Amino acid sequence: MSTPDYIPVLELCEQYHIEHTFFTELHDKGVLEVVTVSQMRCLHHDSIPVFEKIMRIHNELDINIEGIDVILNLLDKIDKLNRQLVKTQNRLRIYE
Amino acid sequence: MAYIDYYKVLGLDKSATEAEIKKAYRKLARKYHPDVNPGDTEAEEKFKQVNEANEVLSNPENRKKYDKYGKDWQHADAYEQAEQQRNQYSRSASGGGRAQYSGGFDEGDFSDFFGSMFGGGAGGGFRGGGRQAQFRGQDFNATLELELREVFEKHKRTLTVNGKNIRLTIPAGVENGQTIKIKGYGGPGVSGGPNGDLYLQFIINNNTSFRRDGANLYKTVPLDLYTSILGGELVIETFDSSVKLKVAPETPNGKQVKLKGKGFPVYKKEGQAGDLYITYEVKMPQNLSDKEKELFEELAKLRS
Repeated sequence: MSTPDYIPVLELCEQYHIEHTFFTELHDKGVLEVVTVSQMRCLHHDSIPVFEKIMRIHNELDINIEGIDVILNLLDKIDKLNRQLVKTQNRLRIYE
Repeated sequence: MAYIDYYKVLGLDKSATEAEIKKAYRKLARKYHPDVNPGDTEAEEKFKQVNEANEVLSNPENRKKYDKYGKDWQHADAYEQAEQQRNQYSRSASGGGRAQYSGGFDEGDFSDFFGSMFGGGAGGGFRGGGRQAQFRGQDFNATLELELREVFEKHKRTLTVNGKNIRLTIPAGVENGQTIKIKGYGGPGVSGGPNGDLYLQFIINNNTSFRRDGANLYKTVPLDLYTSILGGELVIETFDSSVKLKVAPETPNGKQVKLKGKGFPVYKKEGQAGDLYITYEVKMPQNLSDKEKELFEELAKLRS
């Protein structure tokens, strides 16, 4: 049984043709949080975009989970830096 | 589609082995993959080319045709396809007509891979239920260039993105570089998945005499020496109107005054606006007459 906010890991395994141990690994390595809802291991709906990104990077680029974790952290950092850059550029215009 | 030298795309020469093609492809895919280059359209374009090159060169049949026909290889494929039409159904992944974006990691699993390519984009989504994996459509990125004056007030605008007309309300106070998400206006979902989203970035050109920092505006106003010393009144153009300002006697050069609420609208906070900061720039009189010089000398004597 799944609630609208949570998708059972087993269902995802079937959809994406992956082993459930993949989720265990993602959870144990702190990349993605797997929660237990009604005695079922589930992913929150909000985590699905990140999960799909992980799948793509893993499948298409042959990168292991540790590498994916590094990539996600760096992308997050780049995103923050980009925002800061835009903000700073806008402020700099005042003095142009 | 213009001819592309697939060997050049992968940085290889014509004698490259399958292993070399695979290695070059993997390396470039890691470099240009959209997931590791979010919002980078140049990388996205490169990735498509790399994928396309791999699809052609990693498939011996396609590679042979490509080497044989060069620029016309796709037409050659169409001729051959017509002859072999019946056999083609069992080889959908290697069909030449679907070369774009298809990648070719797994020949027997074309549709899933196609889904992951198109459905992925910048952050996919998932809707459980069916047997086949459902992917959210690709997210699109677009930029919209506007003048600063255009974003002073909320207004409606119709955009055309990928052939689709989108009627948008652009809120007042949008910032330069700001990105908004327009849900469902990205690429179509795969296998019943939802559409992707459109990420629209605003480029705001400022051709006004105002400088902007968020909702605050800044303007430098020239002030003649006599008003600066003796005080007086000054009419100043604000962004949308004008105001009369009292200038205090002995106003120094560079003095800043704040006009509360005369700045730019605060984004998504109707009725709220930032402040307008006026900086006075005292202008020295030029080409003084003899009389003026005389009077200034007298003034100088009074001070010494």
